[in-house]
Formats: sequence, structure tokens, C-alpha cells
Amino acid sequence: MTATSISQAAGVARPRRLKRKSRRRALVTVGFHVGSSAISLLWFAPILLVLITSFRSFNDIALNGISSLPHSFTFATFTQAWRLGGFAQALTNSMIVTIPTVFLSLLLAAAAAFALSRYRLPFRRTILLIMLAGNLLPVQTILIPVARITQDLGIFDTLGALIAVQTAFGLGFYTFVLYGFMRSIPTELQDAASIDGASPVRIFLQVILPLTRPALGALGALAFTWIFNDLLWSITLIQTSSKLPTTAAVLSLQGEYVSSWSVVAAGTVIAAIPSAIVFFIFQKSFVGGLALGSVK
Amino acid sequence: MAGLSREVAVWFVTSVPTRLGRRRVSFPPPVVFALVLVPFAIEAVGVFWPAIQGVMLSFLNWNGIAPSKEVGLGNYVSLASDPIFITALKNTAIWIVLFGGLSFVGGLGVALLFQSGRRGVGIYRTALFLPIVFSLVVTALIWDTFFQPTGILNGLLNAVGLHSWTHVWLADPSTALYAIIVAALWREIGYVMVLFIAGLKALDPAIAEAARMDGCSRWQRFRYITFPQLRSVNLVILSVLVIDSLRSFDIVWAMTAGGPFNSTQLLSTYMYSTAFQGRQLGYASAIAVVIFVLAIGVIITYLVRALSEDKES
Repeated sequence: MTATSISQAAGVARPRRLKRKSRRRALVTVGFHVGSSAISLLWFAPILLVLITSFRSFNDIALNGISSLPHSFTFATFTQAWRLGGFAQALTNSMIVTIPTVFLSLLLAAAAAFALSRYRLPFRRTILLIMLAGNLLPVQTILIPVARITQDLGIFDTLGALIAVQTAFGLGFYTFVLYGFMRSIPTELQDAASIDGASPVRIFLQVILPLTRPALGALGALAFTWIFNDLLWSITLIQTSSKLPTTAAVLSLQGEYVSSWSVVAAGTVIAAIPSAIVFFIFQKSFVGGLALGSVK
Repeated sequence: MAGLSREVAVWFVTSVPTRLGRRRVSFPPPVVFALVLVPFAIEAVGVFWPAIQGVMLSFLNWNGIAPSKEVGLGNYVSLASDPIFITALKNTAIWIVLFGGLSFVGGLGVALLFQSGRRGVGIYRTALFLPIVFSLVVTALIWDTFFQPTGILNGLLNAVGLHSWTHVWLADPSTALYAIIVAALWREIGYVMVLFIAGLKALDPAIAEAARMDGCSRWQRFRYITFPQLRSVNLVILSVLVIDSLRSFDIVWAMTAGGPFNSTQLLSTYMYSTAFQGRQLGYASAIAVVIFVLAIGVIITYLVRALSEDKES
């Protein structure tokens, strides 16, 4: 083979190979999107199923079964679920518990994280790890003693008990995450403030806390859904059904109206709405927050 | 304790010279101590003190009303021959392996698929982690509908002619546990994906790129470059999954409450029903201690990693 024929062949082949390569790439892209869409639809299907079921009438499901195509469309299931599940009360209870708990635990955790990360306190690393260890403890280990302590204190069967225990239990994790975040704030700002004679509390409230806002936003959104979604503490510490938060209320709705699939489905949708709203508002920081503290 | 004394030594060594040199700078004002001690005290009262009490309760025979009776290790001895406890222990092991293992593999898989910057990836990711938002009770109710005798799963099986495959999924002791695991996986895989995507983002792309230039295949790059780099991320995710498995309660409680015939009983659900339905508080505390002992190894692994990461940065 001569040198010219090689270069000629190469000259002809190169554009063709390029074309083939780009065609292959286009095929891969199409394949990727087809596969990914299938997975996503599979993941979304159960949610869609419940949404569809929630708009069907009792008779439609009794006659045709849950798996049939819907033959009816009604909003009545929602008003029924709202009334039977006592959702007006349950959602109020949830908010009475969730909002103060998120606020209180983040404030306390931020204070602890500030002291631990910005000052050379003795044992600061040990304190941080002990606090984190408390959050990693399986809840079951403290369930019975906490129920007993709240009885002794006379706060058993009150929403206050839920606020207290959820705040105490969440603190460790929030402190750990905020500690990591506050450490990365440069010291110059703090030094300047303390030379100007600002007290540690003022430095905390006016310098560090505003700079911690992104982490607080992410943690706040996460904490909201965690506390709102909790079941175990509410069924352990609350006895009166009118004091039950949403998650526990929807479970007892299901227990009482097992055969009314559409009503239970409507209750499920109602119970899912508040955390879904928080998620869509804070989507970016929510996802970032999930990874905070576990993987950096 | 060993950790504490090491901490004392470290503090002593590092603080003595500074104390001689610049005393005022090295010793923080008292209000700073208050900022950390108040939250710490709240956690101590709300978490650590109850945890210690829980261990003490496990040596008692107590129904919550009548005076308690000291039984020593009696509760633990009874556990060893309690068939429901053995079932719960076995189911918890199955749960850790299947729920933990499949969440890990599935989460890593979708993370690798969706880590790229291709157009539309954001929508796919959202679809996968949307379930994290819902409570486990909502998840349970969603999947309840799916697994009912006249539900979608049986409907689909009938539609493709597999009539003999249909089951009363949640009422059949041979399938109930696995049905619940499917529901739990649906919610967990998106969470693990988020953790893996964060871990993958932190890797240096230059190394994988160099391997690609050297002609490594996609699989080789994953097997020998990416996966080994994820080692510490893997460790954290595995710890999270084991702790989550041991904590799992809501979804089982909402779907089957441990039934039928204890076939879906986990340590957590058995502990709860023993304590608050059977009113055997001492016995239930012993089960709680078993859960704690199973978790402690993982908790320590997690803390050691947290500590080493803290030192690096």
C-alpha cells in the first residue's frame, strides 16, 4: 500500500466516521431518554394511581374494582375525607407542633454550633460527637422512658410533649450540620466585630446567623417534613384522637374506613399536600440539605 | 471513655502554651459556654437520660401500673426462647439485607445514570426523589392500594394472563414482608441517589478522563476508578441504611402492623406492640436494648468517619 492511498482513504473515511459517531451519539441520547422516562414514569405511577383513585366514587370502585379504568369523577371524596378524618383539627395540630419545633431546634442548634465552631472550647469535638450520637440512636430505645417522663411531668397527651421531645431529639443532627457550615465562614468578620466590642451573642445574631441562612433554609425545609411526617412519637405520646397530628389521623381514617378506597385515597392526598408544598418551594435547598452532613 | 481521655490529653497539650501566651484570646467568655450548654442539657434530659433509663427498665418486670419487680437478665433469657422475637430478628435481618442492599445498588445505579448534565435530567431526578417528601404512612397507603386483591398489581397480572401469579399480597405470610420492602424501596432509592450524586460531584473528573484517554471502558472506569474513590461515601450511606433499617417502623405499622401471623414483625414493631399493647414495659425495653446493640457498631463507624472528616478540613 502506498502512502498516497492511505492518506486518500483516510481523507474519505474521516467525515464518514464522524457522521457515524454523531449518529451513534444521537442514538445513545434517545436511548437514555427513553429508559429514563420509563423509570421516572414507573416511579410516578403509584402517586398517579392514588390521585386517580381519590376522584372516583364509592360505587364505581365497589363495582369495577380499584384496577379498572375510572368510570366516575367526584370531589365528594375529599369533603368526606376532610370531615371523617377530622383534618381541619389534625392539620392545625400538626402546625402547632411542627412550626415551633423547627424554629426552636434550629435556633438552639445554631447557638451550639456557633459556640463550638467559633471558639476554642474545651472538649468541643467530643461534645459535638456526643450530640450527633444522640440523634443516631434508634428512637425505640427511648420510647418507653420518654412516655413515662412525660406522664410524671403531667404533659403526656399534650402537643407540648411532642414539641419538647422532637426538639431534643433533632438537636444533635442540626448542630452537626450547622457546625460544618459555620466553620467555613472566614474569621475576619468575627474578629472585626469583636475588636469593635461586640458581645458573642451579638456576633452570633448579627454576623454569623445571617451568613448561615442557606444552611438554615435547607435544614428548615427538611426538618419541617420530618416532623410533619412523624408517626411514632404522636401515637406514643398522644391518646386523645382530637389531638392527633395529620400523619396519625390519616392512619386512623384508614383503620376505620378500610373499604372506602377513594375516601382513604383522598385523605392520603390531603395528608401529603403540606410537605409537598414545602418541597416545591424549597426544592433546591431541600435536595442540597439531604446531602448535608452525610456526604461533603 | 478512651475517646474522652484522649481529648483531655489533646486539649492539655494544645492549650498550655497558649494559656501562658495570650490568655484572654484563648479562653472564651462565659456566655459562649451557655450557648452550647443549654442545647446540650436539653438533649441530655430528652435523649440520654431516657436512654439510660431504658436500659435499667430492661431488668424489670413491669406493666406500668403495679409495682415493678427486679428480674435481672430474666427478660433477655425469655427473649432467646420467644418464637416471635426470633421471627422479628430474622425479618429485621432480611430487611437490612434486601431494603439496605437494594437501596444501595438501586440508588447508585440511578445516581450514575442521572449525574450527567444532559438536558431533562432534572425532571427525572425530581420524579425519583419526590417520594422522600411523603411520610412513610402516606407511602404505605399509596402501596396498599397497589397490592390489594382487586388492586393494580393483580389487575396487571390478570391482564397479561398470569392468573396463577396473583396473590393477596399483604395478607399472605409468604409475600407480605417483600411487598412492604418494595414500598419502602420506592421511597428510599431517591434518597440514596441524592447522597450518591453529591458524592460523585465531589470526585475529581480528571482521573476518570485520563483513564478514558488511556482506553478504559465505561465499566472499567466505574469498577477501578469511580467506585474505589467513593469508598468513604459508601461507608456513610451503608451506615445510614442500616440505621434506617433498624428504625423502620411506620411503614410496616401502617401496612400490616406486623401481621399476618407475625410474618412482617420487625424488632421495632414487636417492641412497640409489646410495650403499648401488651403493656410489658420491661420486656419491651429489653427488645429496645437489642435494637440499640445492633445499631451501636454502625453508629460508631459513622461517628469515626465524622471525626476524621472534621480533622481533614
